Amino acid sequence: MTQGPQPSGRPMSLADRLPAFLFPRLSPIALVGLFIAIILVGFLIYPVLQVIAVAFQNPVTGALTLENFGDFFNSSLFRQSFFNSFYVSALSVIVATVIALPLAYITTRFNFSGSILIQSLGFIPLIMPPFVGAVAMQLIFGRNGTINLLLRDHFGITIPFMEGLNGVILVQSIHYFPFILINLSASLRNIDRSMEEAAQNLGAHGLRLFRRIVFPLATPGYVAGAALVFIKVFDDLGTPLLLNVNNMLAPQAYLRITSVGLNDPMGYVISVILVAFSILSLWASFLVMRGKDYATVQKGGGGLAKRDLALREKILAYGVVLFILLIVLSPHIGLLLLSFGTIWSFAPLPDGYTLANYVRMWEGSQQYVMNTLLYAGIAATLDVIIGTAIAYIVLRTGIAGRKWLDYMATAALAVPGVVLGIGYLRTFQNVDVPLVGKPLASWWVIIAIALMIRRLPYALRACMAALQQVSLALEEAAESLGAGKFRTIRRIVVPLMAGGILAGFVTSFATAAVELSATIMLVSNDRDSPLAYGIYLFMQTPSGRGAGAALGVLAVVIVALGTVLSQIIIERDKKLRTAGRE
Amino acid sequence: MKTEMSGIEIRDLHLSFGDTRVLTGINLSIKPGEFFAFLGPSGSGKSTLLRAIAGFGPQPKGEILIGGRDIATLPPWKRDVGMVFQSYALWPHMSVRDNVAFGLEERKVPRAEIRARVDEALALVGLSHLADRMPNQLSGGQQQRIALARTVVIEPKVLLLDEPLSNLDASLRVQMRRELLALQRKLGLTTIFVTHDQEEANTTSDRMAVLDGGVIQQIGTPQELYDRPVNLFVARFLGTANILEGRVEVDAGAARFRTATGDVLSLPVEGRAGPSSIVLRPQNIRIEEQAGAGTLPGEVLHREFLGSQVRYLVRAAGTEIVVDQSHRAGEIWLDPGAQVHLAANTRDAVLIPQGA
Repeated sequence: MTQGPQPSGRPMSLADRLPAFLFPRLSPIALVGLFIAIILVGFLIYPVLQVIAVAFQNPVTGALTLENFGDFFNSSLFRQSFFNSFYVSALSVIVATVIALPLAYITTRFNFSGSILIQSLGFIPLIMPPFVGAVAMQLIFGRNGTINLLLRDHFGITIPFMEGLNGVILVQSIHYFPFILINLSASLRNIDRSMEEAAQNLGAHGLRLFRRIVFPLATPGYVAGAALVFIKVFDDLGTPLLLNVNNMLAPQAYLRITSVGLNDPMGYVISVILVAFSILSLWASFLVMRGKDYATVQKGGGGLAKRDLALREKILAYGVVLFILLIVLSPHIGLLLLSFGTIWSFAPLPDGYTLANYVRMWEGSQQYVMNTLLYAGIAATLDVIIGTAIAYIVLRTGIAGRKWLDYMATAALAVPGVVLGIGYLRTFQNVDVPLVGKPLASWWVIIAIALMIRRLPYALRACMAALQQVSLALEEAAESLGAGKFRTIRRIVVPLMAGGILAGFVTSFATAAVELSATIMLVSNDRDSPLAYGIYLFMQTPSGRGAGAALGVLAVVIVALGTVLSQIIIERDKKLRTAGRE
Repeated sequence: MKTEMSGIEIRDLHLSFGDTRVLTGINLSIKPGEFFAFLGPSGSGKSTLLRAIAGFGPQPKGEILIGGRDIATLPPWKRDVGMVFQSYALWPHMSVRDNVAFGLEERKVPRAEIRARVDEALALVGLSHLADRMPNQLSGGQQQRIALARTVVIEPKVLLLDEPLSNLDASLRVQMRRELLALQRKLGLTTIFVTHDQEEANTTSDRMAVLDGGVIQQIGTPQELYDRPVNLFVARFLGTANILEGRVEVDAGAARFRTATGDVLSLPVEGRAGPSSIVLRPQNIRIEEQAGAGTLPGEVLHREFLGSQVRYLVRAAGTEIVVDQSHRAGEIWLDPGAQVHLAANTRDAVLIPQGA
């Protein structure tokens, strides 16, 4: 987009009279971009670089060194933690695949009346933060949980579902398998029927057809989902903490920083390893997917051929789906029971039922709820504003370096919450906020900023997708009728993107509301705590578990409402669009 | 590449999607080595019929014989019919060579022979140099040729083409349809070509079937269908047709067509008396300045210059009639509003009795 020459006859502004090198003439949109770039550098790039730098410095002299990494690998606890994190992530991917694969296969290959069940399976786990479910899972699958008590009574055996790392793997794979389910189903659905028919026409069928055509075409989607699960599990702090599994990387980083102090280099070394692994898995999945845009659906084509199930197969399919549904819902069921239960210990079910937990929760946590609404609200608002601006700059202008805004904002994906938290503590511990009288690192606003940065990649994708749907011709029409750039954005672009922006806001808000890993590091006093941290505090004591569960139920309700709302918005928006087109 | 020629015989084929009848009473006989087109508007059932021959879609009732053998109940992978898909359906994760080799591998052909036959098939479509490319590196026309090579390499008994040219741009389409025809002649493959484009069907096929509403309306050579349509649908679907409603009157050896508005056209041969429609092609009508025997008075509404012809829209006999006049340099055209008289060459007209 070229800027025309300045119309003559306009009075010279101050900027015009200054020498050009002192005051490069930037278009207003470029100034917005510059401002966003400064925010991203200040609150994402710099703190992370700071963390990396500290990891490579001698804590006393500040000299460049690798000795911190040497210390790390010389400690058996850290070696163990490293191995455990890797092991838990890999196994979670495998277990998640075992859960997701049959579901994806059943929905895409057969006319299965229970498909709606599977679709809800696809998002039910995601509406509950994994650490919230972890405690409930203990009560159901733990050594003295429902299942094992029943097994012991009837068969005299117990199964260590929740012992140590097993517990983390179980909780994480139940929580994150939808990423694989969604990606795998999408790529299966995106295979055009003619791809399969062409193979049949040339003589292939059955397992060979699946192995040679269907599976290779679905691989990119599977890898994308699997890489995401791996990173999420590798970086997660809340679940291992709540399950009291401390010999993993993220909990170690947290414990070192909170117990030994900000100057202990081990937290930084762990951060570097976490970031490196995130980048590595993103890069690996990028390599696998490169040049493999296998979405082959043609107009009027639509997915693989589905066939009807025989009665026996139908029973089997329902059995599998209901079994998985039961496992996936167990944290939710457990949480509900816990929140309504009086005492639940060494018994398959709570001893009695009461509303007292909710009363206690409400008395003790109004501050948490208010804080959460405030932080998540600020974060989500900033996310969609910045997301819309970046989307517009990247897709609609020729401003130099515009891609870097996208890259920087997206880079937040590779930064675990723990790392961002440590980076903020380190960077902003000595930055005093005027008038407030405390360092930025312990001011509540920093929590909102952390949430904003953490959710920005998702909001940005939503805004990008929304803007891509807006035909450039609609903007050009407005411009040719005399609307300037900003007026066009305000009157044409933003209203047309509104559905996507709103959906982005709601998802950002709902997920920011239950984020724990960055906030746990940044909460400096209980008065500033958000809901997620409140649950964590409640869950620390056996007597607080009931109220913690009640607060957990509230969190689930918030996220569920958010998810449903954003779905409604997206659907309505889609309908509006197609109505306008037909 | 050798092929045994097989004819196709379809007997009393019916097909439904659930409760919706899509094909009704299809009877068809295609000779060995024939280039045959299924022509019809979208939703006419032409693609469904083609897919039924390949074994895709719901199981039809009736018989499909290829080379004398009923294949109607065989699964697609046992039918030995080659199909080229509208979208080409090249597998994006396989190179061109692997795509073409696929069918031979499924047939357990020895490795050395596969290589030779793939090379031969690629040479046949003139794309030997692209063997190691991936499909997404090819242009639309190249993808089309590879899809064709992938299908003919297995030496199928018949070749099915589902709107193979619809994804190409206009100039490439003309070139490809010539290549397609040349290839078909060379291989002598019995071929069915599905299209909604009458020009494509006219220029390539030996014979064609016009379908509408899941029923075959007429089968014949392109010329037969254009010159002697059996019903109004075929008359309208192939070329431009002026259709006047009225009745045929036979009176002492002379036949006349009396239109609904009372105008009279004399008919050269004795038609059967009764309510009927008459189909007049635009080039079978002349514009006269003076009224003559059997001319229809009219008024020019609109004029289009098409190059070799000038097309007039004339209001006459209570309807609007399209008239093509061949154009000569410097000719003076009629303007809208001009009062003219239309003389119909009824020798080339077609009478379609009411109800046909």
